[in-house]
Amino acid sequence: MMTVKELSEKYSLKAASMPEPEREIRGGYIGDLLSWVMGRAQADNAWITIMTNINIAAVGALSDVAVIIIAEGAVPDINVIETAEEKGINILLTDKTAYEIAVLISADI
Amino acid sequence: MSESLNFHFDVDGDNFVSAGQASVQVKKNLRRLGLPPEIIRQVSIALYEGEINMVIHAGGGEADINVYEDRIVIVLADKGPGIPDINLAMQEGYSTATENVRSLGFGAGMGLPNMKRYTDEMKIESEVGVGTTITMCVYLK
Ligand SMILES: Nc1ncnc2c1ncn2[C@@H]1O[C@H](COP(=O)(O)OP(=O)(O)OP(=O)(O)O)[C@@H](O)[C@H]1O
Ligand SMILES: [Mg+2]
Repeated sequence: MMTVKELSEKYSLKAASMPEPEREIRGGYIGDLLSWVMGRAQADNAWITIMTNINIAAVGALSDVAVIIIAEGAVPDINVIETAEEKGINILLTDKTAYEIAVLISADI
Repeated sequence: MSESLNFHFDVDGDNFVSAGQASVQVKKNLRRLGLPPEIIRQVSIALYEGEINMVIHAGGGEADINVYEDRIVIVLADKGPGIPDINLAMQEGYSTATENVRSLGFGAGMGLPNMKRYTDEMKIESEVGVGTTITMCVYLK
C-alpha cells in the first residue's frame, strides 16, 4: 500500500493538487463516463481518467477516491485545480496512457 | 418519529458546470454528524446523480435531505418535461443526453441505476409536461 505522495514521488507524477498527501491508495478504476465511475469505483481507489473538466472534482469528492490520475498528458483547467484543493482532492498528472500508468502502479496499490 | 435535520437546496438549471454543490455540502454536513463513511458515500452519490439529472434534463429543481434517527430521506423535485417511460429510463445505458453533455462525461445512462443501487428505497413520480419527483431512502440501522 502506498500514499499519494509516495506514489507521486516514486513515478514522478506531477501533482496538480495534493491537499491530502498522506491518503492511502487501495486499488484503482479506469473510466471517463462519470456515472460509471460513481457506480463502479470504490472508496480509496486511484481513479485514472482523461477527463479534465470541473465535474471530475465533484465526482472524485463524492466517490471518495484517494487520487485522480489524469493520463495522456491532459491538463485540467485552473478552476478544476482550485476546486480540487478546496475539496481535498488529490490530482496527479502523467503523459502515459491510462493503460500504461495502471500497469506501472498496479503492484503498489 | 423524532425531530429531523433538514437540508434544502435550490438546484440551478443553467449551470451544470457548478452542479454538485448540494451534494458536496451535504457530504460535509453528514461527516460532521459522524455517520459511517459508506453511508455518506451512498447518499452523496445518489444525491449528485439526481442533482445532475435535474440540471441536465429538467432545467433545475429543488433538493431536500432529511436526516432521521434511523434513515436519510432525499427528495428531488423538478418542474421539467417529465419522464415518459420510467422503466425505460431506469435501464442501464438509456440516455437522452445531448452531445454537449456527453462531452463532459455525462450521458452514460447510469445515473438512475446508480441512485437505485446506492439507496434502500427509490420512488419515481413523473408526469409528462408537469415534472418529476424522486424520493430515495437510505437506512441507518
Ligand atoms: N429529472 C428528470 N427529468 C426528465 N427526464 C429525466 C430526469 N431524470 C432522468 N431523466 C431521463 O432518464 C434518462 C436516464 O437518466 P440517467 O440518469 O440514468 O442517465 P443520463 O442522465 O442520461 O446519463 P448519466 O446519468 O449516466 O450521466 C435521461 O437520459 C432522461 O431522458
Ligand atoms: Mg443522469
